[in-house]
Amino acid sequence: MLSTQQVSKRYGDALALDAISVEPPGGKTTVLIGPSGCGKSTLLRAFIHLIPVDDGFVRFGGDVVSAANALEIRRRVGYVLQTGGLFPHMTVRRNVTLMWDHLREPDPTDRLQYLCSLVHLEPTLLERFPAELSGGQRQRIGLMRALMLDPPVLLLDEPLGALDPLVRAELQQDLREIFRKLNKTVVLVTHDLAEAAYFADHVVLMRQGKLEQEGPFRDLLDRPATDFVGQFVTAQRELHRTEADQ
Amino acid sequence: MIRLLILLCVLPVALSAQDVRVGSKPFPEGRILGEIVTQHARVTGATVEHEIGLGGTGVIWKALLAGEIDVYVEYTGTLQRECYAVAAPASFDETTELMQADGIVVVAHLGFNNTYALGMKETRAEQLGIKTISDLIQHPDLSFGFSNEFVDRADCWPNLLSRYNLPQTDVSGMQHQLAYEALGAGKIDVTDLYSTDASIEQLELRVLRDDLSAFPEYSAVIIARADFIQRNPKVYAALRQFESAINEEQMVAMNASVVVDKNAESEVARNFLSQLRRAEKGGEAPTAEEIRESGKREISERFDTALQDLPRLTIQHLVMVLLSLIGGLIVAIPLGVVAHRKPRLGQLILGGAGILQTIPSIALLVLLIPLVGIGWWPAVIALFLYSLLPIIRNTHAGLSDIDPSLLESADAMGLGRAARLRLVELPLAGRSILAGVKIAAVINVGTATLGGFIGAGGYGEAIFAGISRQDNVQILSGAIPAAMLALLLQGVFELSERMIIPRGLRLQGE
Repeated sequence: MLSTQQVSKRYGDALALDAISVEPPGGKTTVLIGPSGCGKSTLLRAFIHLIPVDDGFVRFGGDVVSAANALEIRRRVGYVLQTGGLFPHMTVRRNVTLMWDHLREPDPTDRLQYLCSLVHLEPTLLERFPAELSGGQRQRIGLMRALMLDPPVLLLDEPLGALDPLVRAELQQDLREIFRKLNKTVVLVTHDLAEAAYFADHVVLMRQGKLEQEGPFRDLLDRPATDFVGQFVTAQRELHRTEADQ
Repeated sequence: MIRLLILLCVLPVALSAQDVRVGSKPFPEGRILGEIVTQHARVTGATVEHEIGLGGTGVIWKALLAGEIDVYVEYTGTLQRECYAVAAPASFDETTELMQADGIVVVAHLGFNNTYALGMKETRAEQLGIKTISDLIQHPDLSFGFSNEFVDRADCWPNLLSRYNLPQTDVSGMQHQLAYEALGAGKIDVTDLYSTDASIEQLELRVLRDDLSAFPEYSAVIIARADFIQRNPKVYAALRQFESAINEEQMVAMNASVVVDKNAESEVARNFLSQLRRAEKGGEAPTAEEIRESGKREISERFDTALQDLPRLTIQHLVMVLLSLIGGLIVAIPLGVVAHRKPRLGQLILGGAGILQTIPSIALLVLLIPLVGIGWWPAVIALFLYSLLPIIRNTHAGLSDIDPSLLESADAMGLGRAARLRLVELPLAGRSILAGVKIAAVINVGTATLGGFIGAGGYGEAIFAGISRQDNVQILSGAIPAAMLALLLQGVFELSERMIIPRGLRLQGE
């Protein structure tokens, strides 16, 4: 469904993406992970032309993604931001149905009802404004909005990054359940290894714009391709172990 | 509402279809003479419009050259020294030639000279036996208090000093009104005035004869456009009758009737014209006493007059402000959007609007005369130009302040640029844009009062007329409603903010 071929992106002298070729498996959840500044968020944005690449190709279905077809492709991809990205001047309902209405789709009531139950959102909250909701509720709504047009692909940029631990754990569970149920091609960016382990069917580990290793999570643990992969995986595990001991 | 606006826009244009358009300068003498010319021209059966109180020589002279008005009363010295300051003609005859080249002719010399003069209290002058400026040489101990302008102008005090060799050493410059008060209190003996000044009667002053002709001549003349005279020979003939028809004493009395007795200029002009007609049938020319026989007008009567004018002034003022504001919205919001999207062009737009804002309003009104003339429309255009900057700047600032993650979120959904602007950016910048519009509206209410200078009507008409007539009732009748209108608009905008700005954004602000 989604792939890149030798994609590079340059900011001045720095290479944000250095000849990256990936193909997230269809219907599975892929996690992009790596230290901050490794290019994982840049890659996510490059998939839907939010950041145009300098070299290489991004493909969606059979098409090369370009400025010309970006709008059309974005409408077939759900996108969830860390902060939710909800429009503060619109009610929750309007936020979720904005593109639906813009594309003149028929009555959204059934679709809304289904999505509310899917993401565990009280339907009465639809009439509220984003400022009246908690961070967890906003992320659920962000997900609803991303799923409204029933896109085959779902991209999420650190969707749990801004939440406190309790809310985070609850939402983590719900998200995984939803991904399993929907069978969409999901690409999720995180810097948290435990989160990656929790979600990923497939992990892509990046460092300084380069792809270090990809594969099932166990592969990275058991057969690290480089020293960096080994360090990254153990460092984070150490951290979690220390946290657990306390 | 829109229909009403359109009607109100067309109204002033429709009304200006007149045979004769008379202009007048914004002080009592200018308005009295304008009324005299207007009322007398009407006797010929022509339809005459009087553009009352066009601010300053620059405005009215340009309006005559541009054909916005056909005729007005000017002073020979002003024509020679101000209107043709660059060509600097040596005499009024030479000035007349220059005027003819511009298509302007002198219709009649009215017969009085409103030049600078020196004045003393009548009693004090009588006691010392002073009749002329030369007589002052015999009294070196007298103290002089002059207006600052008089002390500074080359053709005034310096010229007088060298021509007469005056020996006095106690000479001070002060504000003119203070000089009159000092004269009344006996603190100074001599001050400067205009030779048709109403205060000559009010303060019982003696005007000292300029026996060595030191002061330049400022004879009042009716001037008109040559093409107008050709079209209206009857009106021309009627206006010719004013040749030497008004002397200084009569003009002083008419000015005093307005400034001291607070009578309306139109009333003073009407009385004087009927007295003149009586004199033509064999009677005597009207004396100062006859001119002022109508006496002082009561405050309650002045208040009623002001009240009668209020609805008209309010509509003129309000429509001026609203129309310019609507125009400002239509132009400035897109400019603000462009300035935001194209930063380089934006510098140019913001810079241009900024420069526009620094042009003093009076100067802008004068600059607009050759392009759009005088009256109500030019004032609307000037106000429109002034409303641009606050709206452009706030639109630009509002758009620049939007959280980038919201824009990314809009892009990622697949909204096109136009849809993003309409559905996301403009609503999010709405509060800032509305604040800009509010600023523009309140500024416009204040600036619109300057419309009084170019015959645009509105509260400015009452304020400026009141200032020149020294009539506080009239000043307040313009100033108080203007302040109230500003407050009212402010309130309306605050209410509309509740309706226009979505609740979600107001929540965020709390």
